[in-house]
Amino acid sequence: MAALAPADSVIRPPSRLRTFGKQIKKFRILLLMMIPGLAYLFVNNYIPMYGVILAFKNLNYVDGIWGSPWAGMDNFKFLFNSPDAYLITRNTVLYNVVFIIVNLILALSTALLINEIRDKVVARFYQSTFLLPHIISMVVVAYLVYSFLNTESGLVNRQLVNLFGSEAISWYNEARYWPYILVIVHAWKGVGFLAIIYFAAIIGIDKEYYEAATIDGASKWKQMTRITIPLIAPVIIVMTLLSISSIMRSDFGLFYQVPMNSGPLMPTTNTIDTYVYRAMTKLGDIGMSSAAGLYQSVVCFFLILGANFAVRKISKNDALF
Amino acid sequence: MTIATRIRTPLIHVFFILFAIASLFPFLLVFMVSVSDESSIINNGYTIFPSKISFAAYEFLFNDFAQIARAYGVTILVTFFGTIGSVLITALFAYPLSRRDLPLRRTFSFILFFTMLFSGGMVPWYITYVTMFGLKNTLLSMIIPSLLLSAFNVLLMRSFFANTIPESIVESGTIDGAGEFTIFLKLVVPLSAPIMATIALFNLLAYWNDWYNCMLFIDKANLMNIQYLMTKTLNNVQFLLMKADTSSQVGDLVAKMPTETVRMALAIVGVSPLLLAYPFFQKFYISGITSGAVKG
Repeated sequence: MAALAPADSVIRPPSRLRTFGKQIKKFRILLLMMIPGLAYLFVNNYIPMYGVILAFKNLNYVDGIWGSPWAGMDNFKFLFNSPDAYLITRNTVLYNVVFIIVNLILALSTALLINEIRDKVVARFYQSTFLLPHIISMVVVAYLVYSFLNTESGLVNRQLVNLFGSEAISWYNEARYWPYILVIVHAWKGVGFLAIIYFAAIIGIDKEYYEAATIDGASKWKQMTRITIPLIAPVIIVMTLLSISSIMRSDFGLFYQVPMNSGPLMPTTNTIDTYVYRAMTKLGDIGMSSAAGLYQSVVCFFLILGANFAVRKISKNDALF
Repeated sequence: MTIATRIRTPLIHVFFILFAIASLFPFLLVFMVSVSDESSIINNGYTIFPSKISFAAYEFLFNDFAQIARAYGVTILVTFFGTIGSVLITALFAYPLSRRDLPLRRTFSFILFFTMLFSGGMVPWYITYVTMFGLKNTLLSMIIPSLLLSAFNVLLMRSFFANTIPESIVESGTIDGAGEFTIFLKLVVPLSAPIMATIALFNLLAYWNDWYNCMLFIDKANLMNIQYLMTKTLNNVQFLLMKADTSSQVGDLVAKMPTETVRMALAIVGVSPLLLAYPFFQKFYISGITSGAVKG
């Protein structure tokens, strides 16, 4: 380190380190401005990353994280030998696949249709109504669903099922109905948001394409399939890839609040996120829930890399990084 | 207008009117149940045409307002400080990242971006806040964890700064001898009102709607926010009465409580500020989503 000693560097031309030091000094205010944000990321995101070693430990609070004995892969063995591992993975992935397909179709058709409405005030009114479900919390959604599905007085049991003279259904005890219910609720809450993103992309298309197409006598359908959809394809691809890369994550509120944490519904409502939460808080099993969380994060990470790699292959500009 | 358009346009409107009804009907149902007479519910179930209107549920809630008022107070306090804090820290982080001449710019961007790719998972995250920072049962536990800074919002703001603040403005500030912070505060922030408002709105909604942090970190009834109070009450209406009262009083109140309607009345009390404010901010919100979608 002698080369960096002050006496030496006075004679030598400024080293790279020195110019760098000057840069730091010049930009010190800007760098200072970033400190709160960096500190926050460190606390909220990076310290927990170090905490993944919990998945390989038998945590006891007396010895702390470092002092607790190593468990090797035991936590993972327990997790993957239990029937839960298959169930929560299947639920998380399958729900997400269905969500992606259903919401894409609904949102895209909504966006295409709203573009056909000439009256801007009316179009704006429609947009605001179908975005409304997006801004409320899952707690309120749980109330809305409950008002339909409550066994004794819910709208479905009392008004619809009675109308056809069938038996009242105990919705919060029957796991087999929940795949449909959750898909409907998720679409109800999410389609408006996605539709507005697609609509924004459609508005951005140059009007000249349509004028030219109209002169050539292209029908509305032709214009839609040959102009609109190809031109907004980048947005569709990015939005879909974002959902694919988080296919191992689930909306905790949707799977926890809406089924009201009901035990009998677990086979169709338990996902990795709700499982991790329950394993930690209800069973106090830190090791296994950390293992499940790490399994989820690692698979997600590789899915994101894979998805991004795929986009780069197709079109370089649309890749996320 | 061709015949095809003449048929198509009304069909599109029918589609959207059905869509609007589907979006609004559940709210109407919950509202109508909340103003129904309990007996009408026992006879006919939940309906938007109750045989008898009654405000008993709201009277009950207002007689027992202490718990609700507290929860509201917590929500408002957390939302207020959370929103201000997160807009501040987001802007302070995003502005330097938008400056092309900042040393280590790519490194800082990567530090931010990597948090979107990989996370330690919920358990280490929870343990960090509880054991290292002792945040359990504090108001800060509803402000700081996860909600204070969103990487996505930073990126959104960064591209706004990079695209709409001309470099010449920063240069002219430097020539006039202003420091970086003065330039940011006096020149950049006033030009960035739209993005500030959008990010503030996103954060405000996130704080107002949050129940997850409250569920994880809070187990004292007097620190619960309105969303979590609603969660607890949906599962168990009697939770509304959980306070320091003597047990005989509680028994008495439970007997008098219009259990079905009081649930829905609480839902209305909890959601109405948002529904009432929505017409005023929806325009902003939509343009916020739009600017996020079209990446620049």
